[in-house]
Amino acid sequence: MQPFTLHHYNGEKPLSSLPLDTRSRFLAGGTNLIDLMKLQVETPKTLVSLAKWDKANTISEDDNYYYIGAMVTNSDLAKFAHTQPSLSLLAQALLSGATVQLRNRATTAGNLLQRTRCYYFYDTTKACNKREPGTGCSAYDSMNRIHAIFGTSESCIATHPSDMAVAMIALNAQVHTQQPDGNTRQIALRDFYREPGETPHIETQLDEDELITHVSIKKKANGTQYYHKVRDRSSYAFALVSVAAGLKIEDGRIKDLSLAFGGVGTKPWYPQKAISVLEGAEPTQEVILQSAEAELSEAKTFGSNDFKPELLRRTLTKVLLELAEHQVKHPGHEGALYDNA
Amino acid sequence: MTTHNAKTVGTPVNRVDGSAKVSGQARYAAEHMSDRTPLIGWVVSSDTAVGKITSLNTEQAEQADGVHAVITYKNAGTLKPFSKPADESRFTQSRAVLNEPHIRHFGAPVALVIADTLEQARYAASLVTFTIDGEIPDLLTEFDGATQKPASLDGGFEADASSGDKPQQSDIQASINETYTTPSQISAAMEPHATVADFKDGKLEVYCSVQIIATAVEALAITLEMDAADIVVQSPFVGGGFGSKLGLHYDATLACIGARYLERAVKVVLSRRQVFYNTPHRGHSIQKISLASGDDHALLSVQHKSAMPKAKGYEFAEATGAGARVTYKSQFIESTHRVKDVDLPLIDSTRSPGDAIGSLAFESAIDELAHEAGVDPLTFRIKNLPVVHPMKGTRFTTHNLGECLRQGAQNFKWQHKTQPTPGKQIGHGVASAMRMNVLVESSAEVELSATGEVTVRTDMTDIGTGTYTILTQIAADTLNTSVDNVTVKLGDSRYPASCGSGGSFGAASSGSAVKKACEALIANIKSSLPPALSQAEVQILDGQIKLVSIAQGDDDEVSSPVLLANFMSDSDFPISATGKVSEDDTSDDEQYSCGAHFAEVEVDEYTGEVRLLRQYGMFSAGQILNMKTAASQIKGGMVWGAGYALTEGIHHHRDTASFVNPDFGEYHVAVNRDIAEVSLDFLQEADYAASPVGAKGIGELGITGAGAAIANAIYDACKVRVRDFPITMDKIIAGKN
Repeated sequence: MQPFTLHHYNGEKPLSSLPLDTRSRFLAGGTNLIDLMKLQVETPKTLVSLAKWDKANTISEDDNYYYIGAMVTNSDLAKFAHTQPSLSLLAQALLSGATVQLRNRATTAGNLLQRTRCYYFYDTTKACNKREPGTGCSAYDSMNRIHAIFGTSESCIATHPSDMAVAMIALNAQVHTQQPDGNTRQIALRDFYREPGETPHIETQLDEDELITHVSIKKKANGTQYYHKVRDRSSYAFALVSVAAGLKIEDGRIKDLSLAFGGVGTKPWYPQKAISVLEGAEPTQEVILQSAEAELSEAKTFGSNDFKPELLRRTLTKVLLELAEHQVKHPGHEGALYDNA
Repeated sequence: MTTHNAKTVGTPVNRVDGSAKVSGQARYAAEHMSDRTPLIGWVVSSDTAVGKITSLNTEQAEQADGVHAVITYKNAGTLKPFSKPADESRFTQSRAVLNEPHIRHFGAPVALVIADTLEQARYAASLVTFTIDGEIPDLLTEFDGATQKPASLDGGFEADASSGDKPQQSDIQASINETYTTPSQISAAMEPHATVADFKDGKLEVYCSVQIIATAVEALAITLEMDAADIVVQSPFVGGGFGSKLGLHYDATLACIGARYLERAVKVVLSRRQVFYNTPHRGHSIQKISLASGDDHALLSVQHKSAMPKAKGYEFAEATGAGARVTYKSQFIESTHRVKDVDLPLIDSTRSPGDAIGSLAFESAIDELAHEAGVDPLTFRIKNLPVVHPMKGTRFTTHNLGECLRQGAQNFKWQHKTQPTPGKQIGHGVASAMRMNVLVESSAEVELSATGEVTVRTDMTDIGTGTYTILTQIAADTLNTSVDNVTVKLGDSRYPASCGSGGSFGAASSGSAVKKACEALIANIKSSLPPALSQAEVQILDGQIKLVSIAQGDDDEVSSPVLLANFMSDSDFPISATGKVSEDDTSDDEQYSCGAHFAEVEVDEYTGEVRLLRQYGMFSAGQILNMKTAASQIKGGMVWGAGYALTEGIHHHRDTASFVNPDFGEYHVAVNRDIAEVSLDFLQEADYAASPVGAKGIGELGITGAGAAIANAIYDACKVRVRDFPITMDKIIAGKN
């Protein structure tokens, strides 16, 4: 670990009082950043601890929105979301991620900003454009089982690892930020992440000195919801493919669909093409496969992840058919597809 | 008041070290508190697989805060070259590192930075710069690449064996000919390899995590070119070994080099990523299996050919074909092993060498043949069981595979499947397990105080298996006392040399040595008693050593006890005795522990995801010394077997001969949620031909066959046969399409 200077931010003094630059990092739960610092993947000169920023550790709501503070832990958010039928998807996604111990530390903003688990990003003896721009991509023509099929570039094919963000993309969450000059911004999570292009080290729309304050999610009915995460073991593994879906059926047709994919994109993937095929359609296996094909038309695979398109087709089919069946049996149902999910 | 001590062997006595372990009182190697506070060493690792260091700059690191030394091949001191002398065993040969500018594998130590704190050492390590003139690493990529015939295999098996004549084509009614592959695997013990070494006045004290103490002392003496008498090795608690701690590894060599250089105590703890490179792993295997059966489903031909990598300069090849040679009778049996020298980290015993991965392939193949022949795979196995060794015609001391399969199937409710939920398919699988048993030379001493306290000493280790507990039970039972009255001291090279832990030989060998030591102690006592008491039984109860004469008769009439104190004075105590077992204490007949594994799985029709519903095993391994520790150990093996079947595998980065996933985030050992119900039963039958305590090995029995039962259950569920382990959902989907 490289020596660094530690500062604290408690939300009272302005951000402009802190030495924020390209070598500074905000420290929230630390479950990812500290690991990366030990491995010298991240070598910040300045850490700004947010541990005392109590105001950001609250969840509130009004008639229209839920407001989730940046420092709310994944455990606390899961516990809250579990009590709200329309947020079941978020609860399921959170609980499918990491372990209890990690979720007790990991925060909402930290989860959004966690780095990829690409093998080569972690291995400082290997070339990685995300870790060291311009060195090349070791994953492109090597072992790449866990890598992306959507949004890739020759520079980078690493996935974004979050489950929470996938559910939040499906639920159209908004990210709220604060800048050193006191200005605030609201960015739709669907626009928040950047595809790697030639600059895979720049992952979001955030400026280097910009701080996420909270996430808001509009209150609305999301129907029957299911976050299905397919992975190489049943817990403590990142998604190979995940499908986050909330489905409402009216008169045998898809009335409202919240949908996002994890494990397949360089960012949590919002499948617009699939959604446009599905909306208003009868949820038959044929239509679902058509929607998958529409989305997969732009997919690119890299050898050891050649299985992902088929796994995505199958997972999407399973999830949407099971949701549709439940909606037909229980018209107007709002909440989890499976109680124990 | 208690009037006698009940026998404890075979009962589920709680671990005598359990409360120390769960309350943090049991100190593992890295937690050792030495007289002198240790400095901390951090390993600088090679970024190249094989080659020569052409430049090395340590100046900046040496000047960093808190740094005491940066040790490289230039200043490491006297070291015997790695793997020399050639005539030593692989656990006593030199484990040198930093002895030459040559780098043998990716991740190998280039330097050791020693500082006051871990943070200082780790940071300074990042300041060491070096260049290595790399060569293209040799790797095994295809079956035909392995052309070298190993001198012998682990367990003492011949590389090649064959018996009988090939069947006539016209006699063959069903046959299969398939290739199975298993990936490289890591032992993945919870406790990473760690050593605290202190060097003072020419003497070396080493606290480390090792399965066998005596060879560790020899290895250090050879590596450091020291007198073995000047070295003490202690390893009282080992947080899992699984083969990776049979010998010492670079943490130990480096800590000792550092301690000798600075004449200070130095601690080296390998990080998880360093464990992957600086300790052994299991090589990947390519196994070609051909089987044929004839009339009435009799096996006619078994051919098993194995190709695996072998680390350059390190003589280890595992007997993947062992199961094919002994499990079923067949007119013709042929088994061959070939290896290729590769530029990878050490390849050595990993969780049941030979049998774990051999059974994955062979027991899958047997299943395939049964399906090909159109017979129930359980029936097929039972039909082909041998009475004598299938290749040699020699007798087994006991052989209960048939009973394990039959009774196990009943208890498991074979082919009475759980009702599937919509979208899921349920399958049942079975596999046989045969694990060779050996008795290894082992010694122990026992000491009795005037007030009846018993102390047992042996350099045996407890690697989490329950050694402390079973040795306590054996001593208590042999001396007719209670387990509370016995203290077992392990893991210290100053104690009598034992077999150590490994190869499933630990419990029976060290337990028999303790039993013989206790019997010798009784003989010592009796030698000083009047003849009238020569048949009396020694009993230790309530702080008194008593001599109880048991009259011959139906009533077992007991005379009133006589106190030993009547015949001995306090100055005669402590009384001590030693016991030793060797190959003279075991039969020349074939010795095997047997088992039958059963599994029930659920496979998702869409995604190919596999969920284990239950694993069950029926085992025969002689006298079970402690029902609780034995069952726990077998269950652990069954869980590892599930990992081998479903999740585990090292991915190789071929260009650099490095590992793609060297951490627990991406190397997937099974986690709690992967495992469902795990249960088992033992067929109780003491096998005194195998060992004086009647026990046979269980350490590797639980894993052998456990994975194959799962693979066979997956086939039963979805009719997809995956021969490339682990069986992940993408391979099942590919099989469906």
